[in-house]
Amino acid sequence: MRILHGLLALALSAAVPAWADEAPKRGGTFTYMIPADAPPSLDGHRETTYATVHATAPFYSVLIRINPDNPSSPSDYVCDLCTEMPTPTDNGKTWTFKIRTDVKWHDGSPLTAADVAKTWQELVHPDPGVLSARLPYYVMIDTVEATDASTVVFKLKFATSAFLPALADPFAYIYKKEILDRDPHWYEKNVMGSGPFKFVDYQIGQSISGVRNPDYYRPGLPYLDGFKAIFTPKQAVEIDAIRSDRAATEFRGMPPSARDQLLKELGDKITVQTGDWNCVDMITPNHGRKPFDDPRVRRALALAIDQWHGAPALAKIANVRTVGGIVFPGSPLAATKQELEQIAGYWSDIEKSRAEARRLLKEAGAENLSFELMNRNVEQPYKYIATWIIDEWSKVGLHVTQKVLPTGPFFDGLRSGSFDVTIDFNCQGLINPALDVGKFLPHSVYSENYGNYEDQKDIDMYQAMLHETDPVKQRIAMRDYEKYVLDTQAHMIMTPWWERIVPMRSYVRGWKISPSHYVNQDLATIWLNQ
Amino acid sequence: MYQYIAKRVLLTIPTLLGAAALVFILMRLIPGDICLVRLGGGGGSFDPKALVACHAEIGVDRPYIVQFVEFIWGLMRFDFGTSMWSGKPVSTEILARLPISLEIALLGTAVAIGIAIPLGTISALKQNTWIDVVVRIFAIGGIATPSFWLGIMSVLMVLDLSAWMTGTPWMPPIDYVPIWKDPIRNLSMAILPAITVGYRYAAVSMRMTRSAMLEVMREDYIRTARAKGLINKLIVNRHALKNALLPVVTLLGIEFAFLIGGLVVTEQVFNLNGVGRLFVLAVQNQDYTLTQALVMLTVVIFVFTNLVVDLLYGWLDPRIHFA
Repeated sequence: MRILHGLLALALSAAVPAWADEAPKRGGTFTYMIPADAPPSLDGHRETTYATVHATAPFYSVLIRINPDNPSSPSDYVCDLCTEMPTPTDNGKTWTFKIRTDVKWHDGSPLTAADVAKTWQELVHPDPGVLSARLPYYVMIDTVEATDASTVVFKLKFATSAFLPALADPFAYIYKKEILDRDPHWYEKNVMGSGPFKFVDYQIGQSISGVRNPDYYRPGLPYLDGFKAIFTPKQAVEIDAIRSDRAATEFRGMPPSARDQLLKELGDKITVQTGDWNCVDMITPNHGRKPFDDPRVRRALALAIDQWHGAPALAKIANVRTVGGIVFPGSPLAATKQELEQIAGYWSDIEKSRAEARRLLKEAGAENLSFELMNRNVEQPYKYIATWIIDEWSKVGLHVTQKVLPTGPFFDGLRSGSFDVTIDFNCQGLINPALDVGKFLPHSVYSENYGNYEDQKDIDMYQAMLHETDPVKQRIAMRDYEKYVLDTQAHMIMTPWWERIVPMRSYVRGWKISPSHYVNQDLATIWLNQ
Repeated sequence: MYQYIAKRVLLTIPTLLGAAALVFILMRLIPGDICLVRLGGGGGSFDPKALVACHAEIGVDRPYIVQFVEFIWGLMRFDFGTSMWSGKPVSTEILARLPISLEIALLGTAVAIGIAIPLGTISALKQNTWIDVVVRIFAIGGIATPSFWLGIMSVLMVLDLSAWMTGTPWMPPIDYVPIWKDPIRNLSMAILPAITVGYRYAAVSMRMTRSAMLEVMREDYIRTARAKGLINKLIVNRHALKNALLPVVTLLGIEFAFLIGGLVVTEQVFNLNGVGRLFVLAVQNQDYTLTQALVMLTVVIFVFTNLVVDLLYGWLDPRIHFA
């Protein structure tokens, strides 16, 4: 055990990569796994699964992105296809991007501003019959135009700090205008981009591969000759494959037990990068069912949970780590520990908190309440979280059983409201707090809220926060909104934010972990020390 | 005989129609929405209009009766439509997975026949000796051991053994390459799953071979053959085994058909991109068209395998005539 802890410390120290000063080596084919079944299509614009991004991001460019040298930052945006990050005009409502003139499509033709503009027009105002899955992200964008061959102008409906994160959406691949004009569905089954790798082959349901793009616009990149990504939905296969070097890694994240096993088996042949993950499980009481229509009962559910002691214990067995509020803990808009301690469910004195929970339940006539907690049939961390929560609730006299459903029926249960209380989740592609916290808005405003409530004050507070452009005032508005949805109304209850654990063979260099498993996946900077 | 085959093929039609109606109804009874899983499965937000557009695109917003008529009409033209999940033709999805499933099924059957018939025969001929006991333990072990557990154990054993012997852990490849492209890589991927499923399959067949042989060896014509002075090898091979194989062939046929679409867990353990895994995925995603097509495929495989088994009866036992 002591050896394991030693190895763990050694490997985790690699969270600050030791290869930062090394000269990258060129060549080699990088084999990695995508821990999922193959995505429905190859089109980033219409899909929402990370399996699409992990399979196709190496083939495409985007307009702007999170800095690949600093991906753990939630706000360090840099140009990919643009030449420099612009300063907005018109009180923050007009953004003018100059587009690189040295970019070629994989078919050899030049990429122009018209391609960028057409792509974003399709994302913001899709043609009938075309899906743009993340349309709510682009709520602030009014028009997108190419004013000349190298200039794209975005005009916004209102100025907001949510614009740049929306623009850096890792799914927002730039597509070729000529192809989109001809067939807007072409990219669902085909690949043609301008990214660091050219498409070679897609074996349906099994693997996808690419080779180095010799005309890539970033000099010297990519380092690899090529890559192969294999879909491996079973975790046991992933561990064995890394152990036997059939594949070097997977980029989504593994639970602590997998990390520990690989460290035990492989020692210094494995490195592990870890960090907070922009994903969180939450608990949603169904306000449409009694007694969960009573805020006292919902507050009691929150007050019964000991977040501060639960998180470190859970982190040993589940991929969760950090106690947080509604905003990703690493964000400037996130609450501090002192601020969280003012909210129901985060009090530092758990006995006092549970006493208050019992009092509220008694006052609401819901003592010894029995109900069902609906959960999704996903091991990490859903089942661990639910088991822990049920135990916490039992400490204030609640009798809760867990009902685990496969993904399809689970979503059906959420949509139809056929649950007492459910585990819910929020896992966004990019840290964009002002939009991410839309999850707490009523279903009539935000379709993925399943609490079955209407609350105009909630909407008004959110809109005030979203439209606030002064960062200090926006932070204050966020605190008010957070206090209202988690404490006053206790519309939902947070659980610890996820921890991303990515073990990889030590010869893999040049990749840095980020808080989102969707970003930094173009593989351009990866090299193999072999 | 041709008339018999034609009759059997024609009988497939009502079977297929019944299965089609059943799977169509059952799939729609399962709560859930393929578009919701596709758009919301990752936990991010999505446009509610996208959900409506998705329903319209795959046609689940139309009345059930329209969907059913379209399905049956497609079936009659051998057009299974497109997968609701991937948008690819169902035939493309299935054909991409069929080679590996077929290969494992064939190899598994070869392993089973190679083990079951000789051992089952020896066990019967050496009834109640230590050889019989060992073979029966081996057979009961195979029946009692779940294939997926054996699969996991075999991978771990290979990993540990190779690490111990060479210092570098080895496991079968996790991506399929057709045998004509790279036979060694192909076989190194297929051999462990084939042994894993073949063992259980062999165990069941071995028990059947043993009991059938015991029964046949007590028949009058065997006694007559012995009285005629025929050597034991000839009696067993020419007279006893051929007759004893009738129930074994039936079993082998059913198991073979099952192996093509039923290796759900084994395919996951070995990361095989086969028909069984596709089947689970189709049901999980509520991909109606793909599930319907896979059920039809399974029905056809079972019907065809049973037909082949019936024809084999005639070859094994000349007294059997087809009318």
